[in-house]
Amino acid sequence: MAINTEKNSYTVIFAAVMVIVVGSLLAFVASALKPAIKENQRFEKQQNILYAMGVHENSDAGSVNFIPTDKVEEAFAKHIKEQWVIQGGQITKDDTEAYLIDLKKQKTAAKEGRPPKLPLFVGEKDGETFYIIPMLGNGLWDAIWGYMSVNQDMVIQGVFFDHKAETPGLGANIKQRYFMDDFIGESIRKDNSYYGVDVSKTNNDPTNNDKVDNQVDALAGATITGDGLAAMVKATVRRYAPYLEQIRTEN
Amino acid sequence: MGLLTKKDQALILDPLADNNPITIQVLGICSALAITAELKASIVMGISVLFVLGVGNVVISLIRNIIPSKIRIIVQLVVVATLVIIVDQVLKAFAYELSKTLAVFVGLIITNCIIMGRFEAFALGNGPWKSFLDGIGNSLGYAVILIIVGFFRELLGSGTLLGFQVLGDPVAKTGLYALGYENNGFMVLSPMALIVVGIIIWVQRSRNKDLIED
Repeated sequence: MAINTEKNSYTVIFAAVMVIVVGSLLAFVASALKPAIKENQRFEKQQNILYAMGVHENSDAGSVNFIPTDKVEEAFAKHIKEQWVIQGGQITKDDTEAYLIDLKKQKTAAKEGRPPKLPLFVGEKDGETFYIIPMLGNGLWDAIWGYMSVNQDMVIQGVFFDHKAETPGLGANIKQRYFMDDFIGESIRKDNSYYGVDVSKTNNDPTNNDKVDNQVDALAGATITGDGLAAMVKATVRRYAPYLEQIRTEN
Repeated sequence: MGLLTKKDQALILDPLADNNPITIQVLGICSALAITAELKASIVMGISVLFVLGVGNVVISLIRNIIPSKIRIIVQLVVVATLVIIVDQVLKAFAYELSKTLAVFVGLIITNCIIMGRFEAFALGNGPWKSFLDGIGNSLGYAVILIIVGFFRELLGSGTLLGFQVLGDPVAKTGLYALGYENNGFMVLSPMALIVVGIIIWVQRSRNKDLIED
């Protein structure tokens, strides 16, 4: 080839062209796929919220089976009766898109002193009422999040956890059934105050029969993820405590 | 064979054993330690690297004559990063479940030394077809080790394979657990991956004396 690839000017031009080509390619791909990705994320949130309140297609004891994406919108409309937004002590109960609230933005808002929007969902299944609280926290590598549903007595009815980048086989196991199912039946109250649930290495209760100790068994090799998860649950419970107390004492 | 000449076959087969990227060249160790606690993750990572290295090698090989050598490493990084991001976006749009499984690996693929190593050592000096075969061969060699390590770590560490409890239920004490067998929790931690890789290297070198360095 006749071009002298060693020249500085060539190097600069090559780099510039490469950046333009790659940049526009990525921008094109991102904007072309954005609607599809957004839709997928919306369905996922609906699936997760429904999962936490026990609306799922689990058939065995081992795997997590959501309501399929083509049916989830219908199921969500059927089971989620109210979507609350709590902001600065005021509860708005007729929101329809509270489940799309970005918790990360609300966290930043709280840090900067603005009143954050706290979403809370009221679900109904087989005549029972569930209060579903979204959570966001930090694992070992990146964000972890989840949903927790409680009944009026503040006993956990179901949880769903997910993570962005926890280690496969270790911290990533927070989204496994054997970990999540342990939370069911635990109370988030302890000694008449709102406490949350600890992820404990000394619980010594692998089948989790002890439901009054506010503890579930930790995962092997995932101490920091587990601690982060417990911190997330407790912080969320603290933040929602006044409103949960209203719900509890309503009847 | 019509499709592949002897040399082409060697490009694919050598990295599987005597020139394995992990056990002989000692590249890509970081990801081999990080994700082999379970078999499924090892397989997924193997397939991801297969795709990125196969396509990346071809791209680099096609533009090898116009890349300025001063910035070739940067160019290689850009190619890998672009490929990985495009794959990630496409999966998010059309196979959302799968993309969630892969999320952890995206960053690990970009930093995988095997990929940069093959670009630098092979694709920059060879044609697209040969580079493609080299990419496939090396990523298969990588995947084989990952799968072996993942197999033993998941089996001995958690008593499962691909999530199925093959040794019985440790809580209900059935199968092997009824005889007093316990899972070795140490196997799920990263240091054990290094030890398993070490054992593979040991076995491999004691079977083939040519591989032993003085």
